[in-house]
Amino acid sequence: MADTTSKSYYWKGFRDGTPFIFVAIPFGTLFGVFATETGLTIIQTMAFTATVFAGAAQFAALQLLQDNAPTLIILASALAVNLRMAMYSASLTPYLGAAPLWQRAIGAYLVVDQSYASCMVRFEKEPNMTVPQRMAYFFGSVSPITPLWILSTYLGAVLGTRIPESWALDFALPITFLAMIGPMMRTLPHVVAALVAITVSLLTVAVPYNLGLLVAGCTGMMAGAQAELWLERRKVTS
Amino acid sequence: MNAVDPVTMWIIIVGLALGSYVLRFVFLGLVGDRPMPHWLLRHLRYTAVAILPALIAPLVVWPTATGGQPDIPRMAAAAVALMAGLITKNVLAAIFSGAATLYALLYLLG
Repeated sequence: MADTTSKSYYWKGFRDGTPFIFVAIPFGTLFGVFATETGLTIIQTMAFTATVFAGAAQFAALQLLQDNAPTLIILASALAVNLRMAMYSASLTPYLGAAPLWQRAIGAYLVVDQSYASCMVRFEKEPNMTVPQRMAYFFGSVSPITPLWILSTYLGAVLGTRIPESWALDFALPITFLAMIGPMMRTLPHVVAALVAITVSLLTVAVPYNLGLLVAGCTGMMAGAQAELWLERRKVTS
Repeated sequence: MNAVDPVTMWIIIVGLALGSYVLRFVFLGLVGDRPMPHWLLRHLRYTAVAILPALIAPLVVWPTATGGQPDIPRMAAAAVALMAGLITKNVLAAIFSGAATLYALLYLLG
C-alpha cells in the first residue's frame, strides 16, 4: 500500500469522498441529538456511533427503543436495515476479495453507503486498477467522513436540544437517502423493487416494531428479482 | 429525560456492533473469490433500492417532527431531492436542491 500509485489512489478516493461530509455532519449531529433525547449517556452514544458506524440502523434502533420494543426486535430490525451492507460487501468482493485478510477485516468495518458508492463508480470506470490501488482508493473514500461523523455525533450529543427545531435536521435523513436513491434507479427492475417496497411499507406502517420494513424490503427485493427474470425471459424469446 | 436501562442499552450496542460487522465481513472476508448462487445475487442486487425507500417513505408521508401530520415543505423537498437525483445522477446536487426547497418552503409557509 506504500508505493506511490497506491498513495495517489488514496488521495483520489479522499477527493471523491469529500463531498459526503455534507451528509455526515448533519446526519451525525442529528444522531447525537436524538440519542441524548432518547436517554443515552455520552459514552453510550459514542460507543454506539463508533462501533456500529451505520447511521440508518442506529436511528432505527433508537426509534424502536423509544417505542419500547423488545430488545430482540430492536436488534433484528436494525440489522435488517443494515442488510444492505451485506450486499455492498458481496458486490465489493470481486474487486477487493484478493486483498490481504487484515485489510479486508479493517475494510469491512468501513463499508458504508458513501464508500461503496464512490468505489463502484471508480472501479467500473477503471477496470485495470490493481487490488492495492483499489484498497487504497477505498480507504481514501471513507477518510474524510469517518472522523467528522464521530465528531459531529459528539457535538450533537453535547449540544442536544439546543439545536433549534427550525433547522429541520430531522429531514436530513430522508433527503440524503432520497438523493442517493435517484442515481440508483439504473434499470426497470430497480424501479419496480423501489415502488413495491414503498407501497408495502406505507401499507404496513401500522405493523408494530417496524416489522413492516422487513416485509416491505423483502417484497421489494423479490419484485426486483422477478422483474429481472421476466426481462431476461423476454429477451430470450423475442 | 427518559432513562434507558443500561444493561438493555449495552446489549443493543454490542449486538448491533457485532451483527453489523458480521454483515459487512461475511462476503468480503469469508467468501473471497468463491462464486455465490445466482438466485441470491439476484435478490441482493435489489436490497438497497428496496430497503432504503421503504425506510423513508413513512417519514416523508408522516414526518415525526410534525407529529405525523403530512407537511407540504417536507413532501416537496422529498420530491425535489428524488427528481434531482434521477435527472442529474448527482447525489450532492440532489441533497442541496432538496434542502434548499425545504428551507425555502419552511420560510415562506412557516
